[in-house]
Parts: sequence; C-alpha cells; structure tokens
Amino acid sequence: MSTINQRIEQELIGVAKELLASKKVEALIGYKRGTMPMTMTPFVARSSEEAEKLCWNSFCVLNLANYLPQVLRSFEPPRRPNDPPPKGPLPKVGIVVTGCWSRNIVVQIQENQVERDRIVIIGISSRGMIDKKKVHERVGGKEVTNVEEEDNRLIVKGPGFSKEINRWDVIRDNCKSCIHPDPSIYDILIGDLKGDRQISNRFSQVEEIESKDIDERWQWFMDEISSCIRCYACRNACPLCYCPTCFVDDSRPQWVGKSKEQVDTALFHILRAYHCAGRCTDCGSCESACPMGIKMRILTKKLQKDVFELYGFEPGLNLDEPLPLSTYRLEDPQDFILTDIKMGDKK
Amino acid sequence: MKDFTINKPQFLDFLNRLKDSFDIYGPSKTQKGFYDWTPIEQIDEFKIGDGIPKSSIKTFLFPQPETLFEFSTNSKDPAAYRLKEPDVKGKKTILFGVRPCDARSIVLNSMPYVEDVYFQKRLEQIFVFGLLCKEGCSTCFCNWVGGSPVGTDGMDVAAIDLENVYVLRAVSQKGEELLENAGLSEAKKEEKEAFNELVEKSSRQTQKDTSNILKSKDLFDLYNAPFWQELSDACINCGTCTFLCPTCYCFDIQDEVLKGKGRRIRYWDSCMFPLFTLHASGHNPRGDKLKRVRNRFMHKLKYFPDRFGPISCVGCGRCIKECPVSIDIRQVLRQMLEI
Repeated sequence: MSTINQRIEQELIGVAKELLASKKVEALIGYKRGTMPMTMTPFVARSSEEAEKLCWNSFCVLNLANYLPQVLRSFEPPRRPNDPPPKGPLPKVGIVVTGCWSRNIVVQIQENQVERDRIVIIGISSRGMIDKKKVHERVGGKEVTNVEEEDNRLIVKGPGFSKEINRWDVIRDNCKSCIHPDPSIYDILIGDLKGDRQISNRFSQVEEIESKDIDERWQWFMDEISSCIRCYACRNACPLCYCPTCFVDDSRPQWVGKSKEQVDTALFHILRAYHCAGRCTDCGSCESACPMGIKMRILTKKLQKDVFELYGFEPGLNLDEPLPLSTYRLEDPQDFILTDIKMGDKK
Repeated sequence: MKDFTINKPQFLDFLNRLKDSFDIYGPSKTQKGFYDWTPIEQIDEFKIGDGIPKSSIKTFLFPQPETLFEFSTNSKDPAAYRLKEPDVKGKKTILFGVRPCDARSIVLNSMPYVEDVYFQKRLEQIFVFGLLCKEGCSTCFCNWVGGSPVGTDGMDVAAIDLENVYVLRAVSQKGEELLENAGLSEAKKEEKEAFNELVEKSSRQTQKDTSNILKSKDLFDLYNAPFWQELSDACINCGTCTFLCPTCYCFDIQDEVLKGKGRRIRYWDSCMFPLFTLHASGHNPRGDKLKRVRNRFMHKLKYFPDRFGPISCVGCGRCIKECPVSIDIRQVLRQMLEI
C-alpha cells in the first residue's frame, strides 16, 4: 500500500466525518473502492458512518465535479425548469478535488451551475492518475485480478503471473502533460501543495497530429472513432456537459443521426469537442470512461492549445478571469475568423 | 452423435473454404489492442483470445441501425410514398468462437423477439460456431443466471479446444448439415471422450440459477429497496453497459429523409438515456437517474423472469469490466436476493 495515499485517505476520512457529523455539509462526494481491480466508484457519503467507506488512490480517474450540480440539486426543493432558484440558505455539499477537478468547479461557478458558498472543497494535490488500459498493455492483455499500489510502483497480479510496473510509466497521458496538479480553489487542504510542474512540451501529443497533412489527419480521426458505439460515456463523464437536452438527443430539429453511421459519429465527436473549447481542463475523464479506447481527449487538448495560444487563457485558474469564449473584448484576436476577404483570397 | 476434428493450423483454411457461401466473423485483435468481431478477410492468425470479445454478437441479429423500410418523398417518383422492404436476408453468416454466454443470448432475445420478422430472418441466416469454456474469467458468472461454461444453447456447432485440435460437435440440425458436408475427419475416440469429460466436469460444478428466487420476491419490495440510491449515485447514465450487453435489446425508431430518399431505422436505445421513456407530453416516468438505473436491473432480473422465465442476463461480465464507475451487476443481484 502506498504510504502517501494511506495518509491522504486517513486524513480525508477524518475531515469528511467531522464535516458530516457537524452538519457543515449534508453530503460529501468522494470515492469508494469498486469491485474490479483498478476501478473506483464515485460515492456520495451522507453520514459520518458512510464516510468510513471513502478511499483514495491513483485510480480515481473520473472527475467528481461532474456529480456536483446534481447532488446540490438533490437538496433543493423540487421546482419546474423555469421556476426561479430557491431563496435562503440551502444545505452545503462537500467534494474532494484534485487540480483539474477544482478548475472544473471554477468553470461551473463561472457558468452559474454551482454556487461557491454552497460547497466545501477538500483539495488534494494530484500525483497523476493511472490509465488502466496502459496497465493491461504492460501485461500483454492478460486478465488482471489484483493490483497493489505502492508509492512508486504497482504490483499487478493475474492467473499465473505477477509483474512489477513503474507507476509513472502507466500514468494517463493527460496527467503526464499536466502542469497544475494543485487545486486552484479549496477550503480544506489535505497533504502539501506541489506547485506547478515543469514540462518541456505539454502539447506534444497534439503537435504530433498537427504535423500530419490534412488527409492523414482525417484518416487518424476516422480510425480513432471507428470503434465508437455511441454510448456517450465520454459526454456523461464530463463536468462541462450539463445541457438539459444534449444536441445529439434533440429530435426537432435533429442535428445528428442516431446510429453508428460514420458521418454521425464523426459529427458527434467534433461537436462535443468544440463545446468544450476554453472550458476543458484536460481532466481526462472522457478518455478514461470510454469502453472502446478512443483517444478523444486529443481533440479537446487541441482546442485547449488554440485557446491558450489565442487568448493566453487556461480555464479554472482564477474565478475572476472571465471565460474567453463567453466574453468579448475589443482586442480579442480575430485572424482565425474566415472573413469574406480572406475567403476571396483563397479562390 | 458424430464428432469431427480439425487441426488448429487448418482451421482458418477450413473457414476460408466456406467464404464463398458465407460471411464469416470471429474474435480477433483489433488495432486498439482488444479482441472484437472481425471479418475473416482481416484475420491472419487464428487465435481466440482469453475471455470474450469486447462487443456482443447482438450486432449480427440486431444491427445498429436496422433499416425497417425505405421510401421516396419525391412526388415525381412513381413509387413515391410507397414502402419498400429492405433486403434483410443477405448472405448466410458464420460466427465462430462464440462463447456459451453469447450464444445463449440468442435464445433469451428470441423470447421477446419471437414475432419480430427482422430478427427472425437474420437468425435463420446465422450459424453459431460455439467454443466451450475450459475456465472462466474473474468477471464470468454464467452459472448464477441459468447458463453454463459448457452450455450449447443457441449454438449450431459446439467446439472444444484440445491442445492441437478442435473437436467439433453439431448441436442443431443446421449445424449437423454443415459439418456433414464440410469434408472433415471424424473425431477419434479419445477426442470424443475429452469432449464429454469437459462437459461432465463443468456440469458437476454448482449451478445456482437464481431466477426462481427472484421470481418469488415481491416486485415492490425490490422496487422500493434502499440500495438503489447508492447505486445510482455513482452511475453516469452512459450506455456502455446496455450497448455492450448481449441481452439489452431496446430500440428507438426514426425516419431519416435526405434529398427525397428516406428510410425508417431502428437503432439501439438505452434505458440509461433521459430520452428513453420521454413522452410526447413532456412527462417522463423515469425522469431521474435512480429510476433509470433501477429499471435496467429490474428489467433483467425481475420483469423478464416474471414474464418469460429465465433472467435476461447471460453472465458474460462485459458490463462489469467496462463500467466507468465499477457498477457490478453481481453485487446488485446479491442485494436483490437479500431483500
């Protein structure tokens, strides 16, 4: 067992029990152990006894901010879609966050999905989460029945084998390219802050695709999404996707076909990615949730790169900094807009 | 009963010989590194992976999408607004390396689809070459839900994997006709015995079909059970479990019209999705997550057994393996049995 995680877990359970017992929060969103190795189950503790189930390790791959709006809503009196929000102090909800999850909460606050004074944020600086697909690759696709995590290595066991894997080798791509492991917003901190990480090029995965010519890029994209089953795990694992009716579910008008036809699948992935521009924190939830191993995260990473290059902006670092795509400033860059003149030039 | 035998290196050749009369699919490693159903043209090496392919065989009987009929909306077209039947029959198809859980899903899905012409027509065209399981994975639980690792329900031919050979046994008339005319050599006595031994050994293992216990439970006790809350707290309401499940067969229907040509399709729906039971009035009887999650398990483990007898789950474990939040149907089943 990893001593680092053990310490965090113990402290987390203590903090959670206190918050729940003293009614400072009505519920607390964290993780409990799943039944499968390397899979954790998001968990809402509603009493200090339930808080005993909370745990922490490097397999907490889904973004808990995704659950926040609905758990908050569950403590509000029922209301119809167009009714005004209820008045008066409402029960608070606690949530465990790492760097990227906290940045998503900042975006949720900025987009009026979550009220800051109704949440108690427990921050943990992330050491990077593990990609279980990479672990499966390392053991040649053999069945894994048990994984022990130590501070810097994993002991992976299955029928007839036991293998030691360096932890950092199987860390998710998004975590490897993350420079902000610390929570940007928190009320209670567990463990120490690590400060920003130095990375030579955090967009290298995107640049590799960008360096291909246009046909190769299209081929890469079509190959990547060819196994998509349209289960929408990527969309549903994403804290940015909170529209009451998603564009893929709309039937009047119908924006996109519903079945596994390639053109529809392509449209879904492109539009989903674009909706995340300037908002995505590269938490990697989408990719971790995908049952078919699609690297759709590279699409949102590309948009993250574009927004960073155009506006010098990274979402969720600062509550007071407006989201670039929902704000207009005179000095906003415009050279990516296809004007009549430019299109005329192309002819 | 006549058993046949074939050397492993020749098996792919044997299937290739049938290529003219059949479309043939088997589990093979895809570019993404997992096993999935692949046309034989793309299979270079015959190697059935441990466990089950990523997706179930329902795609072959319940395609995503299925065209129900075609039509023209161009009034100048003499056949305008007349419904044109699609060619459902197509070519005969062999699925090889089908595990007993997947094969059994055909039998279970045939119950609600007994009058469905599309499903039944496709079923006539499909030959299921099963491969019995010598050992299970940690996520297998076919014998809890009425199946068996050596069950042959839904198969036409059942095979066992001996070190260098496959021993093939016809388990349906369709399978018998196919094997008789395939020019295979008859199995040796010890090969037959090995087949029988595997079947007997597995059959001796405890079978705990839980459908009768579930049927005896009061529906509303299960419906109002306390455990649904914690279960649904974790669920993200994606369709992974339902789309990978061999026995999830719900669909939605839509007309697609483009430039005067139209078709009506049915495509997979998932009870996890908010649109699943949305009424035209705007009312949704399963408007929140808990109700949707509960419906998935109640349908499989209570409503279906009450109506048809068996549990609508074959114990393949795909949903357990792939659920992004590790929701485990075995745990739900246990909780339901304890109510």
